[in-house]
Formats: sequence, C-alpha cells, structure tokens
Amino acid sequence: MSQDRPTAAELVDAVREFLDTQVMPKLEGHTAFHLRVAINALGIVERELAFAPGFDRHEHSRLQGLLGHDGELDSLNHELSSRIRAGDFDDQPPELAQHLMTTVLDKLAIANPRYALYLRHRGQKA
Amino acid sequence: MTVIDVPTLLARAIHRHMGDGHGLANARRLSGGASRETWAFDVAGPDGTLPLILRRDPPRAVPLPETSDGTRGIDRITEAMLQKAARAAGVRCADVTFTLDADDELGDGYVMERIEGETIARKILRDAEYATARPILAGQCGEALARIHALSGPDLPVLPVRDARTQWSEFRDLLDGFGDPHPTFELAFRWLDRHMPAPAAPRTVHGDFRMGNIIVGPDGLRAVLDWELAHVGDPMADLGWVCINAWRFGVLENQVGGFGSLDDLIAGYEAAGGMAVDRERVRFWEVFGTLKWGISCKIMAWTHLSGTTRSVELATIGRRACENELDLLDLLL
Repeated sequence: MSQDRPTAAELVDAVREFLDTQVMPKLEGHTAFHLRVAINALGIVERELAFAPGFDRHEHSRLQGLLGHDGELDSLNHELSSRIRAGDFDDQPPELAQHLMTTVLDKLAIANPRYALYLRHRGQKA
Repeated sequence: MTVIDVPTLLARAIHRHMGDGHGLANARRLSGGASRETWAFDVAGPDGTLPLILRRDPPRAVPLPETSDGTRGIDRITEAMLQKAARAAGVRCADVTFTLDADDELGDGYVMERIEGETIARKILRDAEYATARPILAGQCGEALARIHALSGPDLPVLPVRDARTQWSEFRDLLDGFGDPHPTFELAFRWLDRHMPAPAAPRTVHGDFRMGNIIVGPDGLRAVLDWELAHVGDPMADLGWVCINAWRFGVLENQVGGFGSLDDLIAGYEAAGGMAVDRERVRFWEVFGTLKWGISCKIMAWTHLSGTTRSVELATIGRRACENELDLLDLLL
C-alpha cells in the first residue's frame, strides 16, 4: 500500500528538526545530552532509509560472489561468519578484505559518517 | 521499590566513620549509571572542608552485569583495598577515606578524596589549559602502569586471574550469545586465536586504564580512576588497551589516548622499572582491546533491548560497534 506524503524519511526529518530547534533550547544537563543522542539516532534512521537498500543490494551481490551461491542476505552473512571462524579465509584473500572493508564503510556511512577513521578511509579530512 | 535517600544516609555514615564533628554539605550525584553511582560532596570538620567522592553500588535484588565488558569485575570493597595499595606504592590515585559497611545501609562502596582536574577527553585533547600536560602525559601513564604492574604483597587484595585465553573465551561466548553475524569480529577472533602470545608472567593489571579513567590537570596525570576491572594477568594488556583507537577521540596520529606516542608510553614505563616491552604483545592486546570494545557496544545495546535498562543512549551505542569493526580492519588488513 502506497502511503501519502510525507514519506517515512520526511516524517523523521520533521521530528528531528522540531526536537533540534524547538525542544533543545528548553533543556539542560543530562536531559539535553540525551536529546542530542536521540537527535543523532534519528539522523541514523534518515541515512538508513536513504542508503540501506543500495548498500544491502551490493553487499548481497558481493557475498554471492565470495561464497559461490545464492541465499538470503542474513544467511549468507551467517555462512561467511562460520567460514571465517573455521579458518577458511585465514590467508585473507583480497576479495574478502575488499568485501569486509566496503561493508564496514557502508555501515559507518549510516551510523556515523563523521567518524575520524571513516573520513580518512574516504579520503577526507576530519 | 524503595528509593534510598543517599544524602541522609551519607551524613549518618560520615558521623559514624569520621566522628560527630563532621557534617555533610553540597551532596550531588555525578553519574547516572544503573548499577554504579558516584556522588560528590564536602565534609566540614574541625580541620576545615574536605572535598570527597562516594562511589557505591546500590543494594539490589537482582544482580546486574556490573561492567561495560560484561564481566562481573571486582566489588567495591576490593577496589578500595586495591586503590589504597596502589597509592601506597606511589601510583597517583585518590586516598580512600573510609569504606562503607552493612550498618551504613548504602550498599557496597567507599568514600575517597575528590581530586580536581579534567576527565573529559575532548577538553584534555583540545583545550589550551592542558597544552602543557599533553606532551608529558604518555610518559606519566607509562610510569603509573609500571608501578601498578609491580604491585604485590600482603596489603594487595586477591584479584581474579584473567589471562589472554580466558578472556578470549569470555568474549567469544558473549558474541555467540547475540546470535547476529559479525564477519569482521570473526576475523579478529580468528587472528587473535592464531596470534595468542605465550602465557605471561602474571602481574597486577588495572584492566581499564584509558582516556576517561584518568584525571588530568595542566601538570599532567593527577589520578587513575575506576579499578573495577583489575585482575591478575598479562601486564601488556594495559599498554594495548590505552592505545585503541576508541580512546583517541579523533586524534588518530597520537596512538596513546590521542595525546601521546607508544614510544613515550614505553619510555615512561621502562624508566619507572617496568619490564622490557614486547611490541608484538602490545599489538595483540590493541587488537583484542578494539574487539572487546566493539562487543561491549553490543552488550550496552542489549542492556536496553532486553529491557534491563531502557535508554536511548545505550540503544544508540549499539550502532557504534561498526566503528570498532573499521578500527579492526585498519589494524588487520
């Protein structure tokens, strides 16, 4: 079922903007700190709504290449984890390294794109 | 649930332990942890005003995991004994004033001197006030660690033994308990398994020596805090832990806490009588420390998700696990 505008992303954006501009100035101390945390959490949700579909598709395709067969994204990740644990990737082949690095950088693009080491890997200055 | 009136009970405890002429003033709670409380207060007595700290675990019906790394840690009585022994051996840390007993009805805890200074990393790393401290801090940390690792003797409380292999298994079980797949953490576990160092000659290890657990003034290191993860084990664990990227707070080029170099830390350590440092062993513990902190982020998120302590702060920390994943890949690939 197609919902009317605003989209989920636009609603989250509206709530975040309200909290930031209307509520934050009225708070102090621990509560203000926790609101800052909450606003950051909504930022994570916004970025996930925007980026996760594309990131997941690419991750899925890399996992199929790495493991040599198809399957659900979650079950392929379980299989990769089990095989790393069993020592199948002890020689750290370049395609594994490239897959893990891309996956982690994509997670950070959603969770915390201001993380200093992330910016360094993306070739930007903190 | 009964809410304990801490200031009233604390005033009574001060009378009991310090004498009738001592009165409580300015009691205020500093931290908001669910299983650990820190209070700042002053005691006015015949010899003037003493600035003090109360660190206590409230009595509770159901025990909670006490520490961010999911292990039980030592109790507050043991922690107070250890802190006294460390201070007697020349480690900069707060003087313990008295330890709570059952008649105080305040739970497990102790009172110590309040040392002025800064614990907030952002300020220590960036404010002009600490410009004089930053260049000497790594050497001072090395010196403190050398003294901690040399602690022994009859005044030292019995501490849990946690060697590298034991801790590896503990964290392996913790990750398995969550059930969601973490290929990068698996790579780190595998690497650690294959690079496990030979058992170290056991020493007293602080267990959580890092930015955030030290008080710093313009003159540098003033006090080492939070001894709850102290144990007997590989002393290089402390040197590796203080180096992990999470404690650099964005100042990537300074491996030790964002303020200093590993060379300076080791120079301070060896000059104060610490053993010759094996850098490969430090690297093992830096990798392990990074993995531990990543799993700790998940533990904190699950503390929220399980309903133990509902908190937006704990919830969002779960999304910081990938910061440690990147740190691990940066170390291992």
